[in-house]
Amino acid sequence: MDLFLDALVWLLSPEQYTGEGSLPQRTLEHLSYTASATVLAALFALPIGYFIGHTGKGGTWIVAMTGAARALPSFGLILLLVLLLGVSQRVTASLIALVLLGIPPLMAGAYSGMQQIPRSTIDAARAQGMTEWQIVWRVEVPVSLPLVLGGLRGAVLQIVATATLVAYVGLGGLGYDIIQGIPLRRFDQTIGTALVIVVVALALDAMLALATRVATPRGVRQGRLDDVRARESGSRSAPVATVASSPEKEITQQRKNT
Amino acid sequence: MDWLANNWALVGALSLDHARISVIPIVVGFLISLPLGWLAQRFPVTRGFVLGGVGVLYTIPSLALFMLLPPLLGISVLSELNVIIALTVYAVAIMVRTVADAFASIEPSALRSATAVGYAEWGRFFAVELPLAGPVLLAGLRVVAVSTVSMVTVGALVGIQSLGYLFTDGFQRRIVPEVMTGVVMTFLVALVFDAVLVVLGRIIMPWSLVGHTPQRGGA
Amino acid sequence: MIQFSSVRKEYRTGTVAVEDFSMTAPTGSITVLVGSSGCGKTTLLRMVNRMVDPTAGEVLIDGTSVAERDPVELRRSIGYVMQSGGLLPHKTVAENIQTVAKLRGVPRARRDARTFELMDTVGLESGLARRYPSELSGGQQQRVGVARALAVDPNILLMDEPFGAVDPLVRRDLQQELLELQRTLAKTVLFVTHDIDEAFLLGDYVAILEVGARVVQHGTPADILATPANDFVEAFIGADRGARALRIVEHSGHKIVVDGSHRVAGRLSED
Repeated sequence: MDLFLDALVWLLSPEQYTGEGSLPQRTLEHLSYTASATVLAALFALPIGYFIGHTGKGGTWIVAMTGAARALPSFGLILLLVLLLGVSQRVTASLIALVLLGIPPLMAGAYSGMQQIPRSTIDAARAQGMTEWQIVWRVEVPVSLPLVLGGLRGAVLQIVATATLVAYVGLGGLGYDIIQGIPLRRFDQTIGTALVIVVVALALDAMLALATRVATPRGVRQGRLDDVRARESGSRSAPVATVASSPEKEITQQRKNT
Repeated sequence: MDWLANNWALVGALSLDHARISVIPIVVGFLISLPLGWLAQRFPVTRGFVLGGVGVLYTIPSLALFMLLPPLLGISVLSELNVIIALTVYAVAIMVRTVADAFASIEPSALRSATAVGYAEWGRFFAVELPLAGPVLLAGLRVVAVSTVSMVTVGALVGIQSLGYLFTDGFQRRIVPEVMTGVVMTFLVALVFDAVLVVLGRIIMPWSLVGHTPQRGGA
Repeated sequence: MIQFSSVRKEYRTGTVAVEDFSMTAPTGSITVLVGSSGCGKTTLLRMVNRMVDPTAGEVLIDGTSVAERDPVELRRSIGYVMQSGGLLPHKTVAENIQTVAKLRGVPRARRDARTFELMDTVGLESGLARRYPSELSGGQQQRVGVARALAVDPNILLMDEPFGAVDPLVRRDLQQELLELQRTLAKTVLFVTHDIDEAFLLGDYVAILEVGARVVQHGTPADILATPANDFVEAFIGADRGARALRIVEHSGHKIVVDGSHRVAGRLSED
């Protein structure tokens, strides 16, 4: 337990907050890696996910890709890319690795978000006289939002975690003090930094969870568009448009069916 | 690929170590998450607490966990035990949610008819609930297995022998084939674990091959 | 008036949903297409608002082929009610009803006023305007669907088994209200169902269809009941099973009506 006290002492000492390699600086670096990778991943993954979800083709491909991406060790990917592109390009290389990491959850989120919208809702919208674009923007995007944000949350989680490793190739970020501190046996440093990482990761996740709740359109959050017959007779409702919990779950469901 | 030709033995040994280290978190994680997840779904009061707690654990980056577990548990940082326990925590974090969902997704009518036929609590669990939840459990287990195998590589930073060693060693010595081999082998080991689970699933649950098990909600 | 002229629908897989269908649905009346699932009746319905385009033949509305009209504009001028409402889950009841009005750019105040009018017409209390579909019962959801269809003040209403997913009691209410509505509004309604009782109840004209949308008999319910065209129709309307073969018998000095199985069906009224 006194190791934790040492860590706290380390955390509270002013030198962590001044000069080169200070905690605030590392935190900022870490957040900027996370933000840029997430944005780039989203720019690529969301349109593709939406497209595949809207047309309904290529869904199994997304499921397979998500599974394959999970099997790829991101740490190795970072190192490999840095070696291949050259150490001078390590920022780009690391960013590529992080972006690749974030693409599957975002794509899965967009895809499953679109998929879980009942076909009859889309059909009705089309029959009312909405153009295809209007259907996408006025119906599919809003109703798929909870799952898309779930995908975003998953992507950020992965990226934040993996960004701790880029310090190994000479970049900054919160992983720096840990990776440097292990061989030096500076456990106050490693534990202190680990605590900071935990706080940052949890804070980001909590913010995204809140954002998901806030951004979910009201009628969708209310719950389920029940099977009307089931509602009348009071039996179990069959969810038609549900507030889905996470893209992971949707993907797992798909996995089970393959 | 001279490097590979010259280092087959090393790669083989590391792969075996890697597989060995991966197995425990998967198995133990599964065994721990079964009762936890079942509890969360059976007693909705506990659900928020359990899933919330597990969610927090899942959010913690592995490197941080490798640093925080040793002082908490009194073990060495640079040890396999550290990595194994950390990965077990992750396995549980992933799996508990899946388990809760798996049990929650069983048609209540199937359970009711099982009781009506005469199954008692435990009997019903093993004879009806578990098998019906099987496919979803398996899907979750596959995710856990693959993630675990992949994450073992980060253990290289705390000095354990696994395919991750090929990453750090190859990077230090600037040997691209070594790092590449590490990545590919890790990927392959993960695929093997996945395939084994699929086969096991088919053997244990032959009914899951024919059509869909009765699940609540649209699939 | 809706006219089907030698319409055919064949899919790329080779399935022929509609072989060769011709029929006129007169203006201002309810025409019911009835048949078992898969006979092509829904396909025919969806040709009217171009959700499906025929492989051959044409569909005409008041003499103009629908193929000449822009599908989006066409759909905005036709009311379409489907089986499970098809309501947008993330929009309120009022917003759902106003869907097309909003697409057309009708100003807010006018839209709202019309919405309350419509809710009144279909029997929804105005307090429900701000609710979401998931908070409504099945019957209420269907009413919203009908209100939404009427919002554009269409001449034509397409209804695809709209009361199929609600309980029998609610269904009866909705059917009666549709008849009431029709008395005041006199739309041209094309109604699809698999329920012959519903067809006879609602239809001014009924077309009994077989697989491939082959018309087995077409006429008023009275025509069909009086002179069923063949054994298939007899079986379909239940004439052979005695449910519709009613007779008058004397019972304790009064005339009552019994069906073919001697079960009581009713009493002979005095007028």
